[in-house]
Amino acid sequence: MTQQVPVQVTVNGTRHDVVVEPRLLLSDFLRQDLGLTGTHVGCEHGVCGACTILLDGEAVRSCLMFAAQADGHAVTTVEGLASPGGLHPLQSAFHEAHALQCGFCTPGILMTLVPFLRDHPAPDEREIREALAGNLCRCTGYQNIVVAVRQAAADARAHSESESARA
Amino acid sequence: MKPAAFAYHRPASVDEALEILHAHGSDAKPLAGGQSLIPAMNFRLARPGVLVDLNRVTELDFVRRDDRGEIHCGAMTRQRTLEHHTDVIRGAPLLAETMPSVAHAQIRNRGTLGGSAAHADPAAEIPAVLLALDARFIVRGREGTRSVSAERFFTGLFQTALAPGELLVEVVCPPPPPRSGWAFLEVARRHGDYALAGVAAVVTLDERGRCADSRITLLGVGEGPVLAARARKALKGEPPTPAALREAAQAAAAKDVDPPGDIHASSAYRRQLVGVLTRRALAAAFERASAGAGDATKR
Ligand SMILES: Cc1cc2nc3c(=O)[nH]c(=O)nc-3n(C[C@H](O)[C@H](O)[C@H](O)COP(=O)(O)OP(=O)(O)OC[C@H]3O[C@@H](n4cnc5c(N)ncnc54)[C@H](O)[C@@H]3O)c2cc1C
Ligand code: FES
Ligand code: FES
Repeated sequence: MTQQVPVQVTVNGTRHDVVVEPRLLLSDFLRQDLGLTGTHVGCEHGVCGACTILLDGEAVRSCLMFAAQADGHAVTTVEGLASPGGLHPLQSAFHEAHALQCGFCTPGILMTLVPFLRDHPAPDEREIREALAGNLCRCTGYQNIVVAVRQAAADARAHSESESARA
Repeated sequence: MKPAAFAYHRPASVDEALEILHAHGSDAKPLAGGQSLIPAMNFRLARPGVLVDLNRVTELDFVRRDDRGEIHCGAMTRQRTLEHHTDVIRGAPLLAETMPSVAHAQIRNRGTLGGSAAHADPAAEIPAVLLALDARFIVRGREGTRSVSAERFFTGLFQTALAPGELLVEVVCPPPPPRSGWAFLEVARRHGDYALAGVAAVVTLDERGRCADSRITLLGVGEGPVLAARARKALKGEPPTPAALREAAQAAAAKDVDPPGDIHASSAYRRQLVGVLTRRALAAAFERASAGAGDATKR
């Protein structure tokens, strides 16, 4: 009989107690078992970045982890970004700057950029392009993605300045 | 594509991992960050029957600086940690500085020091840097623990001194000697890609400002990281003048390597890169050495 591994994993704030076959990739678990198809799968060898998710807040490839390895961890997918109040600021910036065309790469790029902007609140263009180097986009030419990232970073800074001015 | 079925173990200690590896022989493989092994499994280039996941072996995840200034890193130290850990930045700065060239942040968040060393990809940065730093590799098997020099650890194309059933548990980087400097340079087609060619250099000056020793290692141009012996000899005892650096770089390109050609770059182009990158890396390393930037005792 195939081995079944018990897994307790929190995905976008919801806890799941499941058993999985060891070879089940985390990307397939998210898409097929949980129906979270926002996590895209392009290459399954770590190159395209479409499957990028957050594991305990840090960006990782979900195609290069087994679901069993997520046991005891917290996963965030693109579905976990927006709040009931509306889009995540980065999503709004992508929308406004026309930073996506077909959208296949977009979930992975967003999940790459969330921790990047947390760690680099005022990134320059070179830093942004380096951060994007692990995500392939075949439509946009990246130009508007860079614009969107700068926009999101500037918005976040303006927001935190107005917060601290009020305080 | 999807990996073939395997039995999965997640031991909590090195001893437990060694027992499982021993019980299953060559059918079992350790799983570290999975950033090389899982792609190979997804392609079914690798089909281990048993995976021994080291991610819960917390005793392998540490960075420690001892009182001699040596930096000890557990095999499961993430590449991302090496990049940001203050002990690594101060005690093995070449290793920390090289990390941004290893893949992408998303890969480094999972990929480990030990996994990259054990994988021994000839184009990988970490093996070349560990060889330049003259690091020691602590290897554990059921019979005991041994220490292997970098020169003996990397034995060929994807080959290391690890015997089946053994684990790399720790890498020890000696502190940079006084009056030493270092540099890492590579050329890759895209930031984060495996390099077409690269060079890591650690140089040390004597009291009179001449080259006391140099460890120049080359990646992407051989069966494993290459220690440039001819370049080392050319530099020894020489003041680091532009002419001396050029001569050493030429020796590296012409005599120390016989680079392979592939769809990414011809052999001649790689050789050209070795010459140019070695000269530039040496210039940067000697500048640091003479500025005393590498003098650990001054900090
Ligand atoms: C898109 C992409 C780009 C990349 N680019 C680069 C790059 O530019 N430069 C670069 O150097 N690397 C690159 N890598 C590889 C990456 O750095 C890997 O993390 C590294 O090669 C392997 O480390 P790991 O911890 O992921 O090991 P794993 O993939 O888990 O293991 C690799 C091998 O080592 C063995 N092993 C692991 N740990 C031990 C141990 N402690 N003792 C004994 N054996 C062990 C495993 O059994 C396996 O055979 C890239 C990977 C991807 C997916
Ligand atoms: S599907 Fe995971 S990186 Fe391409
Ligand atoms: S928008 Fe189509 S791949 Fe990026």
